[in-house]
Amino acid sequence: MGSQILGVLFDGFAYGMLLFLLSVGLSVTLGLMNFINLAHGAFAMIGGYATVTLMNWYGWPFLPSLPVAFVAAAIVSVVLERTLFRRLYKSDPLQQVLFTIGLVFVVSAAAAYLFTTAVQPVRVPDYLRGSVEALGVTFGIYRIFLIAVALVITAFLVAGLEYTRFGAMVRAAVDNQRMASGLGINVETVFAITFALGSGLAGLGGALSIEIVGLDPSFAFHYLVYMLIVVAVGGLGSIRGSFVAATLLGLADVAGKYYVPELGAFLIYVLMIGILFFVPLGLFGKRA
Amino acid sequence: MSEAALATRGLNMRFGSLAVAQGIDISVPRGARYALIGPNGAGKTTLINMITGLLRPDSGTILLEGQDITALKTDARVKRGLARTFQINTLFPHLSALEAVTLAVSERRGEAGNWWRRLPDYSETVDEAYEILASMQLADVCLQPTHSLAYGQQRLLEIALALATKPRVLLLDEPAAGVPRNESSALFEAIARLPDDITVLFIEHDMDIVFRFASRIIVLVGGATLMEGTPAEISSDPKVREVYLGSSHTGGAHHV
Amino acid sequence: MTTATESSATKPSASVDPRAFLKRQTRWSVFEVLFWLATLSPFFLFETYLSLASQIAITALFAVSLDLILGYAGIISLGHAVFFGVGAYTAGIVSKYGWGEPISGLFIAAAAAAIVGYLTSFIIVRVQHLALLMITLGLGFIAVEIANSADWLTGGADGLLGVETWPVLGIWDFDLWGKTAYGFALVVLFILFVVSRRLVHSPFGLSLRGIRENAVRMPAIGAPNPRRLQKVYVISAAIAGVAGALLTQTTEFASLEVLGFQRSADLAIILILGGTGRLYGAIIGAIIFMVARDQLADMNPQYWYFWIGLLLMAVVLFLPDGILGGLTRLVPARWRKP
Repeated sequence: MGSQILGVLFDGFAYGMLLFLLSVGLSVTLGLMNFINLAHGAFAMIGGYATVTLMNWYGWPFLPSLPVAFVAAAIVSVVLERTLFRRLYKSDPLQQVLFTIGLVFVVSAAAAYLFTTAVQPVRVPDYLRGSVEALGVTFGIYRIFLIAVALVITAFLVAGLEYTRFGAMVRAAVDNQRMASGLGINVETVFAITFALGSGLAGLGGALSIEIVGLDPSFAFHYLVYMLIVVAVGGLGSIRGSFVAATLLGLADVAGKYYVPELGAFLIYVLMIGILFFVPLGLFGKRA
Repeated sequence: MSEAALATRGLNMRFGSLAVAQGIDISVPRGARYALIGPNGAGKTTLINMITGLLRPDSGTILLEGQDITALKTDARVKRGLARTFQINTLFPHLSALEAVTLAVSERRGEAGNWWRRLPDYSETVDEAYEILASMQLADVCLQPTHSLAYGQQRLLEIALALATKPRVLLLDEPAAGVPRNESSALFEAIARLPDDITVLFIEHDMDIVFRFASRIIVLVGGATLMEGTPAEISSDPKVREVYLGSSHTGGAHHV
Repeated sequence: MTTATESSATKPSASVDPRAFLKRQTRWSVFEVLFWLATLSPFFLFETYLSLASQIAITALFAVSLDLILGYAGIISLGHAVFFGVGAYTAGIVSKYGWGEPISGLFIAAAAAAIVGYLTSFIIVRVQHLALLMITLGLGFIAVEIANSADWLTGGADGLLGVETWPVLGIWDFDLWGKTAYGFALVVLFILFVVSRRLVHSPFGLSLRGIRENAVRMPAIGAPNPRRLQKVYVISAAIAGVAGALLTQTTEFASLEVLGFQRSADLAIILILGGTGRLYGAIIGAIIFMVARDQLADMNPQYWYFWIGLLLMAVVLFLPDGILGGLTRLVPARWRKP
């Protein structure tokens, strides 16, 4: 019994780390510009398809394809940001929502055209397959790998935000944009770089998630909902909030599906609405 | 001594480690014209935000005509006769000036919840709104959308909106902010023409205007009242001079 | 000091007549009369499309209900199908268990949707921005889960079968051609449109626009925002419920799809296409969207959404007031309502 709970906790945590990678960029960019970017899920999907393309069409191994997934998503996102999204920073939220949803439709349809609607097969290398046993619990090696990657990236993010000059600029801009630009920070450039980094992380998350949840053209939309839950519950612009919320969501989702499968996704939404009712700005949110 | 129209007792508030209000006690008698002055960051707007219910003080009480209103929401305070204007225009950009003031009047008259009768059928409400606009010299432009009004007219609309609530106490947060000097005194003339039974507390940086229009002055520094007195007392007080000259060499300082 | 506000009753100058100005805004224009006359054309010109026409009328009514909260009060909702669905299931269940009278069915459905609207309104008025989006989205998903698991009542994934609608007023039976269906839907749409139009032009409607324009200022002029928002939310929910009930009554069927996210999302698209905050935008959007979908029905849904996606992006970038807003700009200013 105890080992079973431990196993569920492990799977839930691994899933939560995946959700964290997918969502953290969205949280930071939302905190920076208040721009509701529903196309974030599409960037994750672009990362996933980049990996699929490299591995299945060009025979690349899994690991080298991951940085490419990051870069592909980052480049596509920053091009869109510079050309289109920036026109909408002053628009009202609904316009942003509908514009970016429109983009999701287009990207998903393009994915269906290029790759069909089938779930994409990806073969991760043998050393990431299988599992190890400890304390009577089976730990999937791929999930251990996933947790390790997420924790390393979290460490980099936190350190980068706390100790680098760029991180200080991002923090200042999240706190008070007007004051930050008054101090001579070029908020637009900071935002463009952050946007690219955040989308890149989503692309990486998209590539890493193929093995766990599969990849098809509905990915962008399906996981968008999870990302938004993480951001809303964690609070905009907060890495810590995203981490906590993603972990909570991962645990609740896996445990819910395991122990009370008849409730389906019900549990997650009730949890989210409950949390937002009492803390409308999210667990670590400072402003709407 | 008659009861104060507006009073605060021991208002305290902190933003994190920053104390923005430290034991503020003020008392404004009915019909008086008080000015609230102090250097930037002294907590003047914060005080108005607390009095009107936009911010909740950590401790202390706010009394409107002797009644404790500390626990009331902003709209309930307005219903009791406490209105304000904003330092930065806080208007309804796509409503016409007439619609905006009509809205405020119909709120006061308890008609704004009615969703069946048409707006023009409330002729008294509309006429009253028009009169208020006329009294602020806005009659000619009142059909234009707010965002198309000149800046000075928008400042007047700020006051018109507050007047539409029929306030007994009116708080004006830098009513002439951003208005050229030659126009700002005209704006204060309009304020001076308000009925005598309206109590006014205003924030203003231009000392000439403060001395002309205020009967008494409250000086706020670092979230605490430094002193209170008549214009003559304030202008001759060395502490006030020091605060103003010490904190800034521009702005209103050299008018003291 | 002299008193200025009260006594010096300034007479309206020749150029400015405030009451006439406000009256002009509420008057029915020629365009409106022509528009409603044109809605009768399916009876004569497009008889084969009557069932599509009734679908459009129902969707238009649903879109009008969203416009009340979104276009006028500024509440963004991605879960408005909840109320449509509650109305649809309520009308269906009432009919299935022996009461198929359509008009009273609409009232019952409206009441049920209004109750759900009232209960959820307490959450809605507490949150803004992303949290509001997420809560409305979440409520939508929860509604689907509830309807799905309560299959003893709703028929679950199979849908609600056995709905039977009695003739309207005991005279007009719901025929195969959809003549009654369209007539009934159109009359209900028109009545509720007039009600919504009335609401928009009332002091309450003005206060909603006030909240949308500046939610901070409203309390400072004595307006209780949450109560106003709750009220319009409940009214909007009731109208959405009527739209849902109409769908069940005219098709004699209800499925989980009436509650789904897809319906909420399509609705938001319709409204933004047509233009928010002008009521007719909701109807125009519904016509364009539904006709386009009907014409492109053979298209793979993936590609349908490709074009919808492109259209959305184009509208947001180039026609931020929607199609109707864009058309209005072509009309000479003196015919236009401010």
